[in-house]
Amino acid sequence: MDAEITLQVDGEARRLTVDTRTSLLDALRERLGNTSPKKGCDHGQCGACTVLLDGERALSCLALAVAHDGAAVTTADGLAPAGELHPVQQAFLDTDAFQCGYCTPGQVCSAVGVLDEFERGWPSHVTEDLTGRPEMTSDEVAERMSGNLCRCAAYVNITPAVQQAGGAR
Amino acid sequence: MKPFAYARPGDVAEAVRDVAAEPNAVFLAGGTNLVDHLRLGVARPDLVVDVRTLTSREVTDLPDGGLRLGAASTNSQVAADPRVRERWPVLAQALLAGATGQLRNMATTGGNPLQRTRCVYFQDVTTPCNKREPGSGCSAVGGYTRYHAVLGTPAALPDPTAPETCIATHPSDMAVALAALDAQVRVLGPAGERTVPFPELHRLPGDDPSRDTVLEHGELITAIDLPALPAGTRSAYRKVRDRASYAFALVSVAAVVTPDGELRLALGGVAHRPWRATRAEEVLRGQQLTQDAVRGAIAAELAAAQPQPGIDSGNGFKIPLVARTVLATVRGLLPEEHS
Repeated sequence: MDAEITLQVDGEARRLTVDTRTSLLDALRERLGNTSPKKGCDHGQCGACTVLLDGERALSCLALAVAHDGAAVTTADGLAPAGELHPVQQAFLDTDAFQCGYCTPGQVCSAVGVLDEFERGWPSHVTEDLTGRPEMTSDEVAERMSGNLCRCAAYVNITPAVQQAGGAR
Repeated sequence: MKPFAYARPGDVAEAVRDVAAEPNAVFLAGGTNLVDHLRLGVARPDLVVDVRTLTSREVTDLPDGGLRLGAASTNSQVAADPRVRERWPVLAQALLAGATGQLRNMATTGGNPLQRTRCVYFQDVTTPCNKREPGSGCSAVGGYTRYHAVLGTPAALPDPTAPETCIATHPSDMAVALAALDAQVRVLGPAGERTVPFPELHRLPGDDPSRDTVLEHGELITAIDLPALPAGTRSAYRKVRDRASYAFALVSVAAVVTPDGELRLALGGVAHRPWRATRAEEVLRGQQLTQDAVRGAIAAELAAAQPQPGIDSGNGFKIPLVARTVLATVRGLLPEEHS
């Protein structure tokens, strides 16, 4: 069954007709040609499909496109609109935070969300004092990035990348 | 994936009518569990009714000092709420121990307690499962049982062919905290509104393992209320899992200690529902919460526990693990002289 929806993808309004079964990930990749978010597991376990959905990091494989009619979607591609890298992207380059790169767009979007969550003072599972303001320690960053798997295991460089981008703000 | 019709009605009353009128309809909120089930073939609805933008996303103070969590408030939002962090830390900790940042941004207050078991056989449509296909049998008995129940199950080795057999556990962390807090679930159904005490929301398998909760078809959670706690109440959630992050609980403990020394205790990862440890609570009533008293109370609670054998060496480890985790959690909530 078809539905007509509009998505604001990386700042551009895109109108399309989707089958109600279409995930946001498939709509972006297969219908709109934005291959920045990746399909890893398609079950919400790997984080490769992470995008910013109305400003918050979310898994596009577990979102039905039809349920997000009108939503603003930012992919890693949209973080560098005129080819100028986002501080998170630059930090990934500076700290060599990837090898094959397949998980990287999801890692980058997740990291942008993580930095925003730090700014808002959100706690995490490893935050000692729930009523205080969490610090951007490596333990905090690793816990917050645990939903993004990297088969090359570049974690030891991803964590400093997120910290560098956070400090550069 | 089987085709389905999608509807986003004008309001919750219409959404309830739509689902009630179609036997094979489901509500959709955050979608983190349902969308996966659509893809796996575990859920095969004809109609999906989206309520995410219809129920409230607000977290509001109640006149008696409690807090109302609108059904569409997200797990991240509730965990970050300063009121929850300060007055109901067991809930903030439980939420933060569950899933990942991305999932918590999507998952909702109304949806989280209604997520379904992660029993591998339930999620694998090629295997018999009484919860997914009533009457087909239980593949978990004698199979991989590391994540399965030790409480609320009928026998050490239940009959895998019997239609009532199910040794699945409820996967939610949030639900364990809500059970310990005596939260109240506000429900709207075709017959009107009702309130369900959280510890009564989930069922044991009974004679119908396909039903996780007492909710009838068409009933929708619209909010969950956290009752006020006496000033000075302390609470905590402790989760034991196979990885440091992003894994379901082997066992978990939600504990609330009031200033007059009353303990409320709920266990996760051990039963078909979040397990309110009423037996242990009874044993401790009127007693000082010394280590020995708590140890004795949890032993009483676990007296009926049944380890399940399995090809992965089973889940008997959970029984001592629960006891130790309860002790450690409660100890952390007591003043120095008792611990």
